[in-house]
Amino acid sequence: MIRLEKRPMPSRLWTVLTPIVAVLGTMVAGGLMFALLGKDPFEAIRTIFYDPLFNDQFAAYSRPQLLVKAGPLILIAIGLSLGFRAGVWNIGAEGQYIIGALCGAGVGLALYPSESFLVLPLMVAVGALGGWAWAMIPAVLKTRFNTNEILVSLLLVYVAEQLLASASLGLLRNPDGGGFPGSRNFQQWEAAANPELISGTGMHWGVVAAFIAVIGAYTMLSKHMLGFQIRLTGSAPRAARFAGVNPVRLVLICLGLSGALAGMAGLFEVTGPAGQISIDFGSGYGFTAIIVAFLGRLHPIGILLAGLLMALTYIGGELSQFMLGVPAAAIQAFQGMLLFFLLAVDVLSNYRVRIGKPGVA
Amino acid sequence: MKSLTTLLTGALVAAGLALPAAAQDPVKVGFVFVGPVGDGGWTYEHNQGRLAVEQRFGDQVETIYQESVPEGADAERVLTQMALSGADLIFTTSFGYMDPTINVAAKFPDVKFEHATGYKTSDNVSTYSARFYEGRAIQGHIAGKMTKSNIIGYIGSFPIPEVIRGINSAFIHAQKANPDVEFKVVWANTWFDPAKEADAATALIEQGADVILQHTDSTAPLAAAEKADGVIGFGQASDMAEYKPSPRVSSIIDNWSPYYIDRVQAVIDGTWESQQVWHGIDKGMVQIGEITDAVPADVAAEARDMIDAIANGTYAPFTGPLNKQDGSAWLADGETADDGTLAGMNFYVEGLTGAIPN
Repeated sequence: MIRLEKRPMPSRLWTVLTPIVAVLGTMVAGGLMFALLGKDPFEAIRTIFYDPLFNDQFAAYSRPQLLVKAGPLILIAIGLSLGFRAGVWNIGAEGQYIIGALCGAGVGLALYPSESFLVLPLMVAVGALGGWAWAMIPAVLKTRFNTNEILVSLLLVYVAEQLLASASLGLLRNPDGGGFPGSRNFQQWEAAANPELISGTGMHWGVVAAFIAVIGAYTMLSKHMLGFQIRLTGSAPRAARFAGVNPVRLVLICLGLSGALAGMAGLFEVTGPAGQISIDFGSGYGFTAIIVAFLGRLHPIGILLAGLLMALTYIGGELSQFMLGVPAAAIQAFQGMLLFFLLAVDVLSNYRVRIGKPGVA
Repeated sequence: MKSLTTLLTGALVAAGLALPAAAQDPVKVGFVFVGPVGDGGWTYEHNQGRLAVEQRFGDQVETIYQESVPEGADAERVLTQMALSGADLIFTTSFGYMDPTINVAAKFPDVKFEHATGYKTSDNVSTYSARFYEGRAIQGHIAGKMTKSNIIGYIGSFPIPEVIRGINSAFIHAQKANPDVEFKVVWANTWFDPAKEADAATALIEQGADVILQHTDSTAPLAAAEKADGVIGFGQASDMAEYKPSPRVSSIIDNWSPYYIDRVQAVIDGTWESQQVWHGIDKGMVQIGEITDAVPADVAAEARDMIDAIANGTYAPFTGPLNKQDGSAWLADGETADDGTLAGMNFYVEGLTGAIPN
């Protein structure tokens, strides 16, 4: 008989091993799926994990693209992880990402065609503010009326998407665009552009911000009082209360911080890789970042690695689609498996597998 | 001297060997799709065009494609990777790929690009689109004749000129067939989202519409019409024949195959040049699917006459006298709309209610 026995303390070994085992499990199960679809599983796995990094034809282009894709994921996931650690569940980062981009882009476009070097910094600040404000709605509702922040933040994503559609068709539409939806292109307006900083690296200000966020979160969690309070609230809420942690303040800080980071990510995306506000601007970064946060064990360094891994499956997945004809849905299923295996293997860090009869307690 | 001869001979041999090899090297044709190839509508028909290219050219071509590519930052990366993988010709099959196509084309001057439904071209970017509004005229006529409630529901995707053109064309001809007809337009803000499309169709039916026209790509509105009693609709982009004979009473079929074969041939022959193409019923890019027995015989005959008249150029769907929604004059009696106005159409014609969202 096989049964699970709760460990007194989470296993350190399994906490580190879990993501690795999950990735391996995904490779095996994903390989099986590709084989059932009639594709060579080894070739498919190699195309997803190896080719974006080392293929002669693509790597020079796709390696920097990893940073472009991972940047916003990491920036958002860092913010989310702080709240998740404290038991504050912000599921609506996608909405905060969109609103941040809208606010920042709106302020920028109001100044068009200014050539001042202050335009981009101002847009970044307003973008962060926009994301913060959007996250404050579930925060205030939670602290004032005890509503569920999961539902409120999630539903506000759909409101944000409607605002995005409306802005790209009306308020922010490019007056020189012939009636077609979408704002001016920021890449073509130097003062507001967020370009590649060093050619061929994919580094833009958003990636820089993501790295700063990783370092900042690491320092805060290990050295700062607020980091201690977040960790304590997550592991022992009652003890935290006795230790003088103000739960209202913590909810406001966690949601606000994650909203501001998501808003900044949106602003860096709209002025950089995306280039413009368009109806399809929200591309799911806010939701994928939730997976990244958990895949990274809610730890800043883990999130950095998880963001890069997730970006790899996106870019490798695209390559495998047109090189091997793997359907897009199979790639999404593959990414889903990653989270599934992570959660499944995660059981092992908190539980021990016992084979045999239950012993006398 | 001898070494020079050897060198020249070597070069000749190499060139001789290289030539047939180059001729056998298949032309690589890439397709970027906005939806899944199984959407049964827009992307499905583009993929049919891809398959037609494969069938026609066999070993001479290799086609690659990527489905469900978001219209934003991701499109630019997908296009770049396709170009890097050695594609010679890339079809980008949605309006939102316009700027990414232009950007990537500038980086790969030797790769040819064909962008569907856009308006920006360059030396290696062509645009192509179909005069779907010609098909809308036929739909409008059938809809106007067949509605009993005099309310026609229209599911719009995005308020861009192409969609507004379709609404105007359908309305003009519905009103000609039935002066009492009223249009209710719902904006789904998506090209493909079966759940949203079904909601929109159901909402329109509840408001009394007994004809549903759609500018979104899935079969969900037809499924919703099937559930309601006495409601008809039309296949969009694809024939959607599984809903025959009713609710699907006819359809607009986008037939890209001849154009795709034509352009691939041009690349093989080395005669490809940038151009802007807007073909309609005359060239077969817009086809009208079978008009089923659910349509009264006289109405079907009128519709077929209109198809013939559009095909041989004796009738243009936008022929005056026509006024804009605000009552200002647009086209004088007998005057037809020019392509420039049609391409950028951002106004409703007189008689339509509601405003274009902005």
